[in-house]
Amino acid sequence: MSQSQTARGALLWHIGIWALFALVIAVLPYIFTSSSSISMMSQMGVFIIFALSYNMLLGEAGMLSFGHAVYFGLGGFFTLHAIRAVNDGVWSFPLELMPLVGGAGGLAFGIIFGSISTRRAGVTFAMITLGIGSMVESSANMFTDFFGGESGISGNRVTDVTLFGFSYGPSVEVYYLIGAWTVIAAVAMYLLTKTPLGRISNAVRDNPERAQFVGYNTTIARFIQFSLSGFFAGIAGGLFAIMFEIMTAPNVGLVQSGAVLLMTFIGGVGVFFGPIIGAVLVTYMHTALSGFSEGWILYFGLLFVFMVMYAPGGIAGVLCVHAAPWRAGHLWRLLPGYLLALVPALLAIAGLVAVVEMGYQLSLAYDPSSPIDLFYMEVNATSLLSWLVALLVLAVGIAGVLGAARVVRARWAEVNRSMQASGAKT
Amino acid sequence: MLESIVFSVLNGLLYGMLLFMLASGLTLIFGMMGVLNFAHASFYMLGAYCAYTISSYTNFWVALIVAPLFVGFLGALTERFGLRNVHKHGHVAELLLTFGLVYVIDELVVLIWGQIPVDYAIPPSLDFTLFTLFGTSFPAYRGFILCVAILMFVAIYGLLVRTRVGMIIRAALSHPEMVGALGHDVPRIFTLVFAFGTGLAGLAGVMAGNYYITEPGMAFSMGPIVFVVVVFGGLGSLGGALAASLIIGLVTTFAVSLNYSIADLLAGIGLTLGNESIVGGLAHIDLSRIGQMLPYLMMVLILIFRPRGLMGARES
Repeated sequence: MSQSQTARGALLWHIGIWALFALVIAVLPYIFTSSSSISMMSQMGVFIIFALSYNMLLGEAGMLSFGHAVYFGLGGFFTLHAIRAVNDGVWSFPLELMPLVGGAGGLAFGIIFGSISTRRAGVTFAMITLGIGSMVESSANMFTDFFGGESGISGNRVTDVTLFGFSYGPSVEVYYLIGAWTVIAAVAMYLLTKTPLGRISNAVRDNPERAQFVGYNTTIARFIQFSLSGFFAGIAGGLFAIMFEIMTAPNVGLVQSGAVLLMTFIGGVGVFFGPIIGAVLVTYMHTALSGFSEGWILYFGLLFVFMVMYAPGGIAGVLCVHAAPWRAGHLWRLLPGYLLALVPALLAIAGLVAVVEMGYQLSLAYDPSSPIDLFYMEVNATSLLSWLVALLVLAVGIAGVLGAARVVRARWAEVNRSMQASGAKT
Repeated sequence: MLESIVFSVLNGLLYGMLLFMLASGLTLIFGMMGVLNFAHASFYMLGAYCAYTISSYTNFWVALIVAPLFVGFLGALTERFGLRNVHKHGHVAELLLTFGLVYVIDELVVLIWGQIPVDYAIPPSLDFTLFTLFGTSFPAYRGFILCVAILMFVAIYGLLVRTRVGMIIRAALSHPEMVGALGHDVPRIFTLVFAFGTGLAGLAGVMAGNYYITEPGMAFSMGPIVFVVVVFGGLGSLGGALAASLIIGLVTTFAVSLNYSIADLLAGIGLTLGNESIVGGLAHIDLSRIGQMLPYLMMVLILIFRPRGLMGARES
């Protein structure tokens, strides 16, 4: 009796979380009403699906792919061709379901390329996906009818055939279309992790040898997971095509594949909601940072390297580590250490930003001696003094972080000890 | 016709040897440490840019020695303070770290040297015609690249197979505990191997930077193809890397220089094909347009039919 009650409680809890997710997506356009933020939030939705589909490989099945944009991009191309066909009157299919065309394209190519690449695991798999990604990208020169050559393929998303009577001309309507698909795809991918397939994928990731001994075919598990991941990537690509109404060859390319790897990893591969955080954060930083800094790729690269070295679980991993002390009521004991680390960390970041921005000013600006705005100050990149100050701030910040890290570690050891002690008592 | 074939062979060999200079370092690092250095082409670019800066203060010959050493030093730092820390998380974490380094290094190059190509020129002492064939000249610098690449292969091979140092390095991969127990510092061996491999990439950059163009996109244009070479030749196999480099160098050079399509070939034996159907459309694509994608296609094919590559010892 009590067991079924807790099961029902867990189910309600899950439904509640997803309902909240949908509610947030529905309410956001009323809070951020400007057209640029609507466009940014639409992109976030697309990349949430894309990053979640990528995490079906990296997080769920331990497959590191460098060519996931193939399925995303091809899905987008298929969708755009389908929309053009509808506009030409050759075919009739509602726009709301168009991402399914992309999904079908992604699935088809996921099956084709997956049957080649999933025979291997680990580093070899990574290299095969890289090769396939490069192959598809360079084949855009050959199949100019499909890829549209240099200028790409463009279309008009406003078709006469829709389910709900919206025209999908205004970007808010596209936002809600993307939002709806984001919820559907995210729930579907979440449910997939609860199926036997999801569990076997986890087993194949953690201990392929043992999974084989138990009697599972690891290749087939990887293959199914890979194909389904291609399906969801294709849906994301289809939404991308609907939103931008243009697809070009780089959309299937290595840069796009790298971007999804970056956002998934920064968000966190170990937890289901990790890639959602990553997609939102990276899209936000991309739109916000690329506006006023040349160096946003450098900042991303540094953030990524930092995370690989010190937080391999990503942002979600860092959050989850604190769940146990939170439940045990010890979280407040960690706070002083964090506050202590915060000040030098901000100093180090400020120093780094100053060094990078001054470097870009020296190498890229038309007139390097023209002052740049940094932290509400006017800084001259050609003066030695400003470099010395920036490097000093950076050095002091790093030294402070290293010192504070010791305090944080000591606090953690304390908290762990008391949690173990209380765990032993109960 | 003969003229174009001879020069395609020479240029293909040259391109192949340049690929080999890059691939040898990559396959060495992989063979010895099991680390796939994604940033290998970025170190190659660093080599070219360092050579440019050094040669602008001194001359090319100093840069030829100093730039690879400097790039190797940077590689050692990368291994010591980066890779060694994530080693415990496994090879995928190491791969991810080097992947992140690609972004960092490529952007740092823009930060230091700017977005436009730098003027890294062939040294005047090598800027003459080696020989003239069918009225087309063959520059001496290309001959120099070939010589250096061949010397490099002989030197690496001799070092690994014929010397005691090479023996210890090879043992450190398969039996790190035993080598450690015999009193060798295994982590330091790994650092040295990584430094050596990245140094080789730096050398390739010094040689190729003035032959091609030294610009921030050079790593990205070379990176994927080097991976293809290493997989095609067999991961960790030096001889395989040499064979694969030459094959891919020749194939791509020939594909670019031959402006024929399958349809032309069929027309030669009396068959005409319209380009309305899919097969016909495919047959009408020029070989030069397929050329870019051929290496990747070859890699996918070899992975299907011979997963360990041309001369690889094991599958992964």
